[in-house]
Amino acid sequence: MAVCVAVIAKENYPLYIRSIPTENELKFHYTVHTSLDVVDEKISAMGKALVDQRELYLGLLYPTEDYKVYGYVTNSKVKFVMVVDSSNTALRDNEIRSMFRKLHNSYTDVMCNPFYNPGDPIQSRAFDNMVTSMMMQVC
Amino acid sequence: MEAPFLSGSAAGEKQVGYAMENKPIVTCAGDQNLFTSVYPTLSQQLPREPMEWRRSYGRAPKMIHLESNFVQFKEELLPKEGNKALLTFPFLHIYWTECCDTEVYKATAKDDITKWQNILKVHSSADWLIVVVESEAKKKNKTNILPRTSIVDKIRNDFCNKQSDRCVVLSDPLKDSSRSQESWNAFLTKLRTLLLMSFTKNLGKFEDDMRTLREKRTDPGWSFCDYFMVQEELAFVFEMLQQFEDALVQYDELDALFSQYVVNFGAGDGANWLSSFCQPVRSWDGLVLRKPIDMEKRDLIQKREATLLDLRSYLFSRQCTLLIFLQRPWEVAHRALQLLHNCIQELKLLEVVVPLGALDCWVFLSCLEVLQRIEGCCERTQIEANLSHMVGLWSYATEKLKSLGYLCGLVSENAPNSEDLNKTVDLLAGLGAERPETASTAQSPYKKLKEALSSVEAFEKHYLDLSHSTIEMYTSIGRIRSAKLVGKDLAEFYMRKKDPQKAETYLQEALKTYLVEGWALPIAHTRKQLAECQKQLGQTENYLQTSSLLAGDTHLTEEERRHFCQEILKLSNQQMGNQGNKVFLALDSLAQLKNLHFEPPTAVVHVGGTLSVEVTLWSRMPVAVCVDQISLNVHFNIEKNSYRKTAEWLTKHKTSNGIISFQSEVLGLALSRQTMPAVELYEMHERNPADSSLTTSGVICKNTHMLLRWQESSTFLETPTPLSLDNNANTLKRSSVTLQPGLNTVTFSIQAKEAGTYTLRQLAASVGSLQFMLAHIYPLVQYDVYSQEPQLKVQPLTGSLLAGIPQKVKFTVTTGHYTIKNGDTLQLSNADSMPIVQPTGVTATIYSNSQEKYLQSTLTIQSSEKVTSIVLPLAPAYHVIEFELEVICHLPTATAEGVGLVNGEVPKSRDWQRSESCMTTSDQKISIDCPWSIYSTIVVLTFSIPFKAEHTLLSSGRRKYIQVCVQNLSDLRFQLLDNSLRDTCDCVDLQLVPLNASLQQYIYSKQSVFFVWELVWTKERPLTLQCCFSVTFCPVSLEEQFASLKPYNYEFQVDHIFSLYSVKADIFPPLGAEYCQTGSLCSLEVSIMRLSELLEVDKDEALMESNGYCTTKLLYEVVDNSSNWAVCGKSSGVISMPVAARATHKVHMEVMPLFAGCLPFPDIRLFKYLPHHSAHSLQLDADSWIENDNVSVDKNLDEQADNNSIKSRGSIHSSSSSDQKGLPMPRLQAFSSAQVFNSSTSMQILVIPNKDDRVLEVNVT
Repeated sequence: MAVCVAVIAKENYPLYIRSIPTENELKFHYTVHTSLDVVDEKISAMGKALVDQRELYLGLLYPTEDYKVYGYVTNSKVKFVMVVDSSNTALRDNEIRSMFRKLHNSYTDVMCNPFYNPGDPIQSRAFDNMVTSMMMQVC
Repeated sequence: MEAPFLSGSAAGEKQVGYAMENKPIVTCAGDQNLFTSVYPTLSQQLPREPMEWRRSYGRAPKMIHLESNFVQFKEELLPKEGNKALLTFPFLHIYWTECCDTEVYKATAKDDITKWQNILKVHSSADWLIVVVESEAKKKNKTNILPRTSIVDKIRNDFCNKQSDRCVVLSDPLKDSSRSQESWNAFLTKLRTLLLMSFTKNLGKFEDDMRTLREKRTDPGWSFCDYFMVQEELAFVFEMLQQFEDALVQYDELDALFSQYVVNFGAGDGANWLSSFCQPVRSWDGLVLRKPIDMEKRDLIQKREATLLDLRSYLFSRQCTLLIFLQRPWEVAHRALQLLHNCIQELKLLEVVVPLGALDCWVFLSCLEVLQRIEGCCERTQIEANLSHMVGLWSYATEKLKSLGYLCGLVSENAPNSEDLNKTVDLLAGLGAERPETASTAQSPYKKLKEALSSVEAFEKHYLDLSHSTIEMYTSIGRIRSAKLVGKDLAEFYMRKKDPQKAETYLQEALKTYLVEGWALPIAHTRKQLAECQKQLGQTENYLQTSSLLAGDTHLTEEERRHFCQEILKLSNQQMGNQGNKVFLALDSLAQLKNLHFEPPTAVVHVGGTLSVEVTLWSRMPVAVCVDQISLNVHFNIEKNSYRKTAEWLTKHKTSNGIISFQSEVLGLALSRQTMPAVELYEMHERNPADSSLTTSGVICKNTHMLLRWQESSTFLETPTPLSLDNNANTLKRSSVTLQPGLNTVTFSIQAKEAGTYTLRQLAASVGSLQFMLAHIYPLVQYDVYSQEPQLKVQPLTGSLLAGIPQKVKFTVTTGHYTIKNGDTLQLSNADSMPIVQPTGVTATIYSNSQEKYLQSTLTIQSSEKVTSIVLPLAPAYHVIEFELEVICHLPTATAEGVGLVNGEVPKSRDWQRSESCMTTSDQKISIDCPWSIYSTIVVLTFSIPFKAEHTLLSSGRRKYIQVCVQNLSDLRFQLLDNSLRDTCDCVDLQLVPLNASLQQYIYSKQSVFFVWELVWTKERPLTLQCCFSVTFCPVSLEEQFASLKPYNYEFQVDHIFSLYSVKADIFPPLGAEYCQTGSLCSLEVSIMRLSELLEVDKDEALMESNGYCTTKLLYEVVDNSSNWAVCGKSSGVISMPVAARATHKVHMEVMPLFAGCLPFPDIRLFKYLPHHSAHSLQLDADSWIENDNVSVDKNLDEQADNNSIKSRGSIHSSSSSDQKGLPMPRLQAFSSAQVFNSSTSMQILVIPNKDDRVLEVNVT
């Protein structure tokens, strides 16, 4: 399903980034980092819309030959970026949305942990497992 | 249009070449000349007004401007059965006639129409119209004309079977009259309506057929290409009708259908017809968007020979054309990118064999083609505003050109080899020949690619052009990260071209971006590239810096890190050989300062002491590194505030454990995480030095320099801060330290020399010629060296010292810089009243500066009469000697104050201060000579006296008693022993008989004990008596120890011991009554009796002597302060009292009880009445005047208002009028309490209530 999942802090440094296969890790880091350009663009465009009616899902950030990059931004400006294999045609917008929602829920759990220091890299095992399940899940 | 008709042959052919010029075909039969004359007006008027086109299947109605292509009617034009062509389909057939003659009609016209109708019927075409043109001119020429209606009626009758609207009259079409205009309008409306009807009907039918065909797609023989042609026909028609949106929908449907097939194929559900699309790619000439319809590709599709790329290219070119018609060029760009990505995926899915690089060529050409197409139809400003839509294509093209360059060996210093050339030739072959439509364009994609692949130089030029414009575009729309990534590709390119100089800037910029946002992996990767680049450039210092960062980067493999570590070590040795110049690098890359630990933990040391600093470093290196020297630079500062250096400060400010921790930063993450360093706030209080009152208080931000620096810019990020070694500072050094990977501790030892504050400034580690520096140690780390004067302090062990009993006093000697030598003593010149108890066996404890016990020794104390000398134990400097001594402050003899003394003279002692509730205190001064000073130290100790005594003289008739009250003011419980009272004058005939029960008594804290003695005399009665009360005491808890305590003494004098008068009052009920009754008068009898003969005391002004009898004047007064009685008549009076024993004077007066119950008797007071002598009264001293003032004035008033008996009920309070002050007036002198004995004191009498008294007064308080 997803080949790379990243959580990026408000200040644009990665809180969590994981990808499969691991040998392409660097490439995904570059891809996710570059996608922040589009995220920023979309957020600033959205800024004009009413805040409370804002859609958290940013949609397809940009497609590449092999991958599709989707974005999502929480109200606290934490960004979720998900890279999906282009050949995976079964993944429609709705599936991506629901995956982001799952990710957001799990992230919220992480934030609720009193021992987690907001802004630190996420090391939660529960979160990691959830991401793993999103990467493994065969559609 | 000059000729109204297309030539027959042209109309018959398929003329789809320029679809947009197509118009729906309308055939014209009948009178051609007539039509030709009408045609210009018709073709001009028809599209003028829009018509609403209602659509089937719930599609929204549209307003449509109709145009038509009028062609001469021919039978061949009519479609044969099964022909699906729509473009050539005649939607309406019109028969034009001018016939107005019945004969002519019957002869020719009717036949002609019938023939026309028959042909139509054969082809089952029901869309026709007969137009009858009338003209006035013709009518006039002909004589035998029928009414014009008749011809129309005839035609209608003959042909328009129930469809009378299929025949229209057009009157005088060429005339400019309102009638003609009207008829035109009617005709045009009819024509439009019929055309639309025909569209609806025919298109509906076509769509139905098309759908049927689509439903058959599961049939084995079904072909997508055939279906494509059918649906495209529909699209053409919509396009013809200017309905581009609808046309686009047709293509989008085809697109989706095809995509779905490909996806299904991927899922294993292949359709037969797909095999034709799976043929290997042989041509990759890119999209062609310059022609509305690419007939070549269309033919291929029609012939079922198209490849996937052909189909996609054709489909996209059609979509593009329509989108541009719809003024949506940005969507073209958007869709193009999707298409290109999609095609590559589809080729993969279909497992199409694609030669290496073919797709790169195709994508590159396509991107440029799309971009050029958009640029061709948009204005420059428009393009600039929509760069974000285009930049994706630019970047894609750049990427593809780059990979082509790498593939064909064009990215190198040298020319491509033969293998590369072969590849290039193959790739160029796939492009085919340039298309004719672009042949004349200089910058066509085809030419560009061909040129780019022709040589290394040409490739470089094109690649750089593309890259730069992409970067520029990205930058201009704010996509900095994307721009940097393209820049990194460029850097890679330059590195391949062996041009590291150019590569470096791009790498540095990209690195900066990643550092700012803390992306560890890209940082590591970019640094690695940068290191290579710097190495090639020979920037040794930068290379070392980058290498050191890389060696410590955990995101690299162990091997890589080791490599960079070796590089550093290798270079450090090389540099050494070259020059003596040191290369400064940041320490952070080698090792991180974790914490500092001072020993002693307070980080304060006295001069001459030693202090050690333990530095914990976290080595980032993958291997053990031998460091030649680690040095800690210290800045010395003589602090003006010497308080910090005192030992006192030490005890008050104990740091937790002397460990100062430093922020641990993950390298790489550091920068972004630090974007907002935490604000460090401290409280600030400023006190007035004079009275230490608060003058200012506030909050100080201690790290403003950090916070403010951050906002400046991010330029400092990678620029190494100018590192320099502070040479003039003190330096702590350790040589040859091996730093193991991970935690290391290095200990520095400091011998304190000069007093002051030392700040640790820099930490440096040198490896060969390399100097790793930590330029600033933050937070501030300081240690202090102090020097202290020796000090002696004497403090009570408990909160306050009590006099009379032994108390412990603590002596504290802070040696400071002075070393106690053998024979050093403290000389105490003690006061007599405070001897030192127990001068043997005192133990002194010596503490080191850090409060640790150092030694214990016994003190030798030698006491002489005046001086006590304490031999101090030997103690080194900066130590504290503590010992305790017991002292006792003897109780001074207490003396009575005021009470009972004549003339009110109170002897006041200077040392004793009395306060009402507290104990009286006594200050004892000791002067101490210390060995380190020539001056004596004066120590003042304050002792409190635990007791307070008071005495009273009591009398009972003539018998006299002395009562002493001892009050314990302290918190302790005492035992009182051996109380005694003695007469200090030792009168023989006077005896003090104790009436006290036991000899031993306890006195509790804050309580009193009373002692009473009876005064018994035998002969002469003394006037005054000097007494001394004495009692031995000791604290209850320590009875045994203090057996030898000195007793508490109290001295006092008693005067006027003896009673002169006895006063007795009696109240009698009225005659005949048994009890007194409220409201009824009772008689009060006051009898005053002289008890003694003439005494010394009586000899004063009041005494009058006549005939050997002495009399004195007394004033009696009945006062009832409790308002129980109403005194009727005179309440006071002056009597003349004979001075002789037993002389009695009785006074009667009336009193009335005001309440019932047992009422106390009213008070009877007696005063000595001194007559006024003018001379004397003026000479009165102030004291006596004041003493008597109140009474004398009162009495004076009383006498004036003598009759007013009521007045005496209350106390007599009235302010004296000042004018009486000068007047001579009698004075009253009170007797001392012992002189008048009132025998009726506190007697009570029963008063019964009056029977009539019904008033019940209830006081509730």
